[in-house]
Amino acid sequence: MTLTSESARLGHRDLPRLMALMTGDEKHGPAATSTLDVLWVLYDRVLRVTPETADAPDRDRFLLSKGHGPMAYYAVLAAKGFLDPALLSGFGGFDSPLGYHPDRVLVPGVEISSGSLGHGLPLGVGTALGLRAQGLTDSRVWVLTGDAELDEGSNQEAAAYAGAVGLEALHTVVVDNSSATHGRRGGIAARFAAEGWSVLTADGRDHEALAEAFTAPHPGRPHAVVAVVEPKH
Amino acid sequence: MPTMRDRFAAVTTRLLDEDPRLALVLADISADRFTAAAAAHPDRVLNVGIREQLMVSVAGGLALTGLRPVVHTFASFLVERAFEQVKLDLDHQDAAAVLVSALGSYDWPEGGRTHQAPGDVALMDTLSGWTVHVPGHPDEAEVLLRDAVASDDRVYVRLSAQQNAAARPVAPGRFTPVRQGSAGTVVAVGPMLDAVLAAVEGLDVSVLYAATVRPFDGAALRAATEGAADVVLVEPYLAGTSVPFAAQALEDRPHRLLGLGVARAELRRYGTMADHLAAHGLDPRSLRARISGFLPLPV
Repeated sequence: MTLTSESARLGHRDLPRLMALMTGDEKHGPAATSTLDVLWVLYDRVLRVTPETADAPDRDRFLLSKGHGPMAYYAVLAAKGFLDPALLSGFGGFDSPLGYHPDRVLVPGVEISSGSLGHGLPLGVGTALGLRAQGLTDSRVWVLTGDAELDEGSNQEAAAYAGAVGLEALHTVVVDNSSATHGRRGGIAARFAAEGWSVLTADGRDHEALAEAFTAPHPGRPHAVVAVVEPKH
Repeated sequence: MPTMRDRFAAVTTRLLDEDPRLALVLADISADRFTAAAAAHPDRVLNVGIREQLMVSVAGGLALTGLRPVVHTFASFLVERAFEQVKLDLDHQDAAAVLVSALGSYDWPEGGRTHQAPGDVALMDTLSGWTVHVPGHPDEAEVLLRDAVASDDRVYVRLSAQQNAAARPVAPGRFTPVRQGSAGTVVAVGPMLDAVLAAVEGLDVSVLYAATVRPFDGAALRAATEGAADVVLVEPYLAGTSVPFAAQALEDRPHRLLGLGVARAELRRYGTMADHLAAHGLDPRSLRARISGFLPLPV
């Protein structure tokens, strides 16, 4: 665990500079920047996890399901002291722990290895169930997904089951940059609501609106926040 | 006759009482066998419905919080349908679980191809670090299941309705010598043992019994083949699945290998298990012909 004196001072305004240290994955640039504000608000105001508690059994868990374009994620982890900002410039290199898709075994604070879409929400269901089975009922699980990622059927399995059993510890923020090829009839929020989730929609660039949506009470139900950002295309 | 699947339900129910770290994840299949366990441990007996991808991913999530998940359904749905979840949500997360399958290759021939998974062990062989148990009797299934649950390893336990008349003493990970001969060695995997013993009656061959196939007990095979490295593998899944492992064990000495098992081509027949065993050449008569034709037996 590296907590530098520099990173302890870093804030939202430093994220573009940190992201600029990572080059080579410009193909995923739009995917990376779409998540930036959501990630910042979660780590800055919502998640009860720090570099010191990154292995604590009762920590909150953040699962980046949409694993492509992880530059914003790495930048936020660096700003919050989970990883040394000096590692960022090695992004994608053979000796770097920071790949174009994150690996939980290589990066402190990364809860899941992702990249193949449709695995984060189902893993989040299992994580929330595991915490509940051990009486860790104050811990919350957050999964960041994308609107196009919801095309993957495995998400439907997870959303339907979590809604049916009222998995209150489970949260997802769907970063909606209108990138699903065939759109979604009825909208994303209606889909989660139909499965029994609590759902709120917020401007994915408005930190106050995001924080409010993230912390809204949702007794007895999992909670989804649709964070709308500018369309990818 | 009680099956390995019956024993799995009974033993897992007891282990759930004893071990607060244990969790069971189901996708409707066999849920009726765990109603009492689910009532006693509602937070650790989890039936996700007919959602096999979710079943395996949930196991990955449970493991990430420190629990020991057991995951169970038919082999075709556990290993084949949810294979990417096995690969990514267990292996790639550095998480572990015990996968316990039923039906195997030909247990329910009337059900047809959709419920047959002769390729499951070969598919697991594309991953690394998995222990694969193929017990041949409910008593062996219990020993291997208890061993699997007590470990932190990734373990696949392949249960079948086909079983041998008597249990053998099994040590997890070890092949057991069953009989000695000089003209070659037959490795019988799990439920194939009785058919193999019937097939080699009166023949001068050694028989090794394997209830664990991964890791492959190469040392036992080397010890059994000191005189004659002519080896026949008889497996209740895709023919030849363990041939590369046997070849590796014998790589520094001349050897011949014959891999017998389930044919790759789809049979596209219903009928009984006996019909299917005969069609794949795994009945004692067919096995005797194949084995005696391959091994250098005195005429």
